[in-house]
Amino acid sequence: MQSLDMAAMELREVNATLQAQAETTNQTQWVIENPRGAHAVAVGLDAPIEVTVKGSTGYYCAGMNAQARVHVTGSVGPGVAENMMSGEVVIDGDASQYAGATGRGGLLNIKGNASSRCGISMKGIDIVVHGNIGHMSAFMAQKGNLVVLGDAGDALGDSLYEARLFVRGTVKSLGADCIEKEMRPEHLELLADLLARAGADAKPEEFKRYGSARNLYHFNIDHADQY
Amino acid sequence: MDKTPPTDPRQSATFTREVNSEIRRAAATGIYDIRGGGAKRRVPHFDDLLFLGASISRYPLEGYREKCDTSVTLGTRFAKKPIELKIPITIAGMSFGSLSAQAKEALGRGATMAGTSTTTGDGGMTEEERGHSEKLVYQYLPSRYGMNPRDLRRADAIEIVVGQGAKPGGGGMLLGQKITDRVAGMRDLPVGIDQRSACRHPDWTGPDDMEIKILELREITGWQVPIYVKVGGARPYYDTALAVKAGADVVVLDGMQGGTAATQDVFIEHVGQPTLACIRPAVQALQDLGLHREVQLVVSGGIRTGADVAKALALGADAVSIGTAALIALGDNDPKWEAEYNALGTTHGAYDDWHEGRDPAGITTQDPELAKRLDPEAAGRRLRNYLNVMTLECQTIARACGKSHVHNLEPEDLCALTMEAAAMAKVPLAGTDWWPGKPQI
Repeated sequence: MQSLDMAAMELREVNATLQAQAETTNQTQWVIENPRGAHAVAVGLDAPIEVTVKGSTGYYCAGMNAQARVHVTGSVGPGVAENMMSGEVVIDGDASQYAGATGRGGLLNIKGNASSRCGISMKGIDIVVHGNIGHMSAFMAQKGNLVVLGDAGDALGDSLYEARLFVRGTVKSLGADCIEKEMRPEHLELLADLLARAGADAKPEEFKRYGSARNLYHFNIDHADQY
Repeated sequence: MDKTPPTDPRQSATFTREVNSEIRRAAATGIYDIRGGGAKRRVPHFDDLLFLGASISRYPLEGYREKCDTSVTLGTRFAKKPIELKIPITIAGMSFGSLSAQAKEALGRGATMAGTSTTTGDGGMTEEERGHSEKLVYQYLPSRYGMNPRDLRRADAIEIVVGQGAKPGGGGMLLGQKITDRVAGMRDLPVGIDQRSACRHPDWTGPDDMEIKILELREITGWQVPIYVKVGGARPYYDTALAVKAGADVVVLDGMQGGTAATQDVFIEHVGQPTLACIRPAVQALQDLGLHREVQLVVSGGIRTGADVAKALALGADAVSIGTAALIALGDNDPKWEAEYNALGTTHGAYDDWHEGRDPAGITTQDPELAKRLDPEAAGRRLRNYLNVMTLECQTIARACGKSHVHNLEPEDLCALTMEAAAMAKVPLAGTDWWPGKPQI
């Protein structure tokens, strides 16, 4: 286990060390001590390593992550795992706004709640939130899956493209062009896999699925009042 | 028989034929007009400025013998590897998707031969443009289409796009007819649907957040490459100051004549400020912060000639960027396609339905048959030639003003032909020593 103490090291040194790990590194286990809410912690990683961040972070923790597994034992600020390519990011606490924004792959597993705009413009990432999510989540979400074990705030899935949204609790309101859809067997299977990967204690049958009505895919003046 | 002399039919200056045709179009379709390009209306521009040239009080440099340097370095503030350019003219961001792959390749070829940079656009980085662009600026846009850390790290600079001159405060729309399999794949969206580009970034909301975003991008790229911030010409003083405060190495300032792939005509013509009006406030912001020349200013929007370049530099810019002019150099709106422009209901020089993907010149299209019309090598050479001519023109003017580097041009070398231009550029109205708003001593 390699330790990086941010009480003694600059952010640049911490990130540079982790970013320098090669595909075949033997040093696969890392701990970041004393993050103290720092921004841009463990960003741009691209190796099959495991990084445990002991504490809470600021903005953009694990941004653009690829391959790595980043585990934050506290809570995270805005934009956690933004534009993630692959790998896994696990948050034991809560996540602020824009969690998983524009993410393209991998799994973002938030054990607490996520604030507004969770999964905004997501492009292939899987996001599992064990608690609730805030308003305007999955805004313009393009691809991937957002699973919410709790409740969703206002305007879920506004201007949604092809991302799939699964919510177990209540949805305060749906955004433009987002509708409830039939939960077919393939969705139950997909959801079961996501829940298992996230270690979530829930059954797929307890969820509702939401997706795009696809009415706004081509601009039509008769739909202008839906915006 | 009525002997009353007839009066000539009088057209309204308010309801012109052009205005009336737009009213009829709107009434027939129920939707606003969308088009490409920048503002077409007449606005105060570089044409309203003149250089004074050397005289008894200043002496010129010999046109063909004495050196006039044109090199420019962008990104000297924080980046370990600033961009070194031979000329102060760069190629602006234009997306693969709005442009054909051949056009993107041609832009890369032309820019590289001329010793300057080109820029990606909304939709990500293509192999064609990376391969043919010695210096490539990677745009970081609200849509984040095609964004990935690999491309981020193989860029020579990163340009965070907050806005553009054609539509400050607006997003974009790439219509479904241009969404081929390749374009859709790069953007993670289904083929054939309209693709909305958001008007603001998904993971920050203000300058304090942007400062942290810049930190993240620098951490991901190891502080190697410059980070530009591009803004539309709306509030140039404050936007420049805030971009600098957020940590930008370079501010790119795009006036309302700057082009777009597709936006509402009403947006293009009625939102934003002319390029000429934007430069001095931006320079003032840099000077007030003590960072003029340390944070470089790149100006775009309606740059056409070496004279425009020289005037922008004289007002305090470090470099300019061209988009529309570069497309024309490639072959856009060429009279040789007149019959086809006519078939589309337009004429060369006026063709601006770039979003429809039916460009006869093969530039603003994804139609493989049309795109084949553009030879990237020949088009790249035309762009190289055009960039060279602009550079020579700029040098000619700079030497006439006695400058051994184009960056030595200054407002004192200029006068204005109109009150408006004098006020915007803060240079004297020709024949006077006064401009509107000049501080009284």
